[in-house]
Amino acid sequence: MSYGMLEVLKGIDLSVAQRELVFIIGPSGSGKSTLLRCCNRLEDPNAGTIIVDGDEVTARRVDLNKLRQRIGMVFQQFNLYPHLTARANVTLALRKVRGLSRRDADETADAALDRVGLIDKAQSYPAELSGGQQQRVAIARALALEPKIMLFDEPTSALDPELVGDVLTVMRELKDAGMTMLVVSHEMRFARSAADRVIFMDKGVIVEEGPPTRLFKRPKQKRTRDFLRQVEH
Amino acid sequence: MEQFLTQFFNVSLMLEAWPIVSRGLLMTLLLCVVVVPLGFAGGLMVALLGTVEHRWVRWPLVVYVDFFRAIPPLVLLIVIHSGLPFAGIRFSPFASVCLAFFLNNSAYYGEILRAGIDSIGKGQVDAARSTGLNALQAQIYVVLPQAIRNVLPDLVSNTVEVVKLTSLASVVAFHELLYSAEMARSITYNASPIVMAAGLYILMLWPVVRMLSRFEHRISS
Ligand SMILES: Nc1ncnc2c1ncn2[C@@H]1O[C@H](COP(=O)(O)OP(=O)(O)OP(=O)(O)O)[C@@H](O)[C@H]1O
Ligand SMILES: [Mg+2]
Repeated sequence: MSYGMLEVLKGIDLSVAQRELVFIIGPSGSGKSTLLRCCNRLEDPNAGTIIVDGDEVTARRVDLNKLRQRIGMVFQQFNLYPHLTARANVTLALRKVRGLSRRDADETADAALDRVGLIDKAQSYPAELSGGQQQRVAIARALALEPKIMLFDEPTSALDPELVGDVLTVMRELKDAGMTMLVVSHEMRFARSAADRVIFMDKGVIVEEGPPTRLFKRPKQKRTRDFLRQVEH
Repeated sequence: MEQFLTQFFNVSLMLEAWPIVSRGLLMTLLLCVVVVPLGFAGGLMVALLGTVEHRWVRWPLVVYVDFFRAIPPLVLLIVIHSGLPFAGIRFSPFASVCLAFFLNNSAYYGEILRAGIDSIGKGQVDAARSTGLNALQAQIYVVLPQAIRNVLPDLVSNTVEVVKLTSLASVVAFHELLYSAEMARSITYNASPIVMAAGLYILMLWPVVRMLSRFEHRISS
C-alpha cells in the first residue's frame, strides 16, 4: 500500500481467526490506520490480497458496498453525521443500502442503540451527546449491519479520560459476544485483559506479535521494547 | 419639483401602465421559477461531478466552470440568441434565456456548492462508505445536506443576483418586467413605469436581502 511514492505498508502477513481480538500497537505513522483502511478498501492496496470471511476484498470485481456492510468500522473522530439524530445515523445504511422500511430500520437501530446503552438518546443529535456517547452511537451504526468483523481505529483516543471506560465496556461486551475484532489503540490495560494477540507495527511492517502477557512482559525485539518503554511513561 | 413628480412618480400613468407591467412581473416570476431551480440542479451536477477524481471528468469540468463564469451573461445571451442563428440554430427568446442562465448559473451554483462540499471533513464520506453507501449516496445523504447548510447565505445571495439578472432577458425581447416597463415608457413618454418596475424589483428582493444580512450578522457575532 502506498500514498504516491511513499510505501506505507510493506508486506503485511496477518490472519485473524474468527472471534479473535487482535490488538495493534505501534508508533505514529507506522501504518496502523492504513492497514485497517485497507481491510474495507477505504484505501486501495496496490498489491496483495485481503480476504474477509471467505471473500476477497481486493478482488477486481467485488461488490464492495455489499462487502463493507460485513466489515464494521469505528473511527477515532467518531464521524457521526451531525445533521441526523442518533437513530437516523444508524438507520441510514439500513434504509439506503439494505432497503429496509422505516419501521424495520428503526427497530434494528433501536436494538443496536440498546446494545450500546443509548436507547434513550435515540432522538438526540450528535452535538447533544458526549464524546463517549457519540462513539457508542458510531459503534451501534456499524453493529446494526451485523458485521462479521469490526475494525476500531483508536476508538478512545479523542475522548476525555473519564469517558473512555464506557466505550471499552461496549467493546469488551462485543468481544464476549464472539465478535471478531481488529483494534488499534493505546489502551494497554484493555489489551492485557481482552486481546488474544497483540501486534507491534513499525514503519509498515509487523515487527513482533504474541499474546499480550508475553509481548508486554518480554518483548523480543528491541524496537518493541523501546516503544513499550515510551508509552509506559 | 412638480415636473420631477409627473416625470417619475405619475400615479395615474402608473395605474394605466399596470396591466402591461404586471404581465411583465408575472413573466419575470415565471422566469425565476424556471431558471433558479434549473441552475441549482445544474450546479448540483457540477458540484457532484467535481467530487469525481478522474481526470477525464475533472478537466472538462474546470474548463466548463471557468468559461461560463468568465463570459458575461449578457454576452452569452446575445451569442445564443443572435449568434447561433448564423449556424442555423435558432432559439425562442424564452429558450435562449433559459439556456444562457442554465450555463451561467450551473457554473456559479456549482462553485458555491463545491466550496460547501469541501468544507465537510473527509471522515464523513469514510463513515458513509464504510457502511456500504456508494459514492453518490454518501454525497446525497451525508455530505450535501451539511454542505448546503454551510453555504446557504452564498446560495441565497447568488439567487438574488440571478433574479436581478433576469432583466437581461429584455435584450432578446422577452416580455419580462423591465421590457414591459420600457414598452410602457415608450408609449407614455414618461419614466414612471420604469420607476414602478424598479420598485417592484426592490419589493421582491429587499426582504430577502434584509434576511440575508441579519443572518450574516448573526453568524459573525
Ligand atoms: N492520505 C494520505 N496521503 C498521504 N500520506 C498518508 C495519507 N494517510 C497517511 N499517510 C502516511 O502514511 C503513513 C502511515 O499513516 P497511518 O495513518 O497509517 O499511520 P498510523 O500508524 O495510523 O499513525 P497514527 O498513530 O498517527 O494514527 C504516514 O507516514 C502518513 O504520513
Ligand atoms: Mg492512525
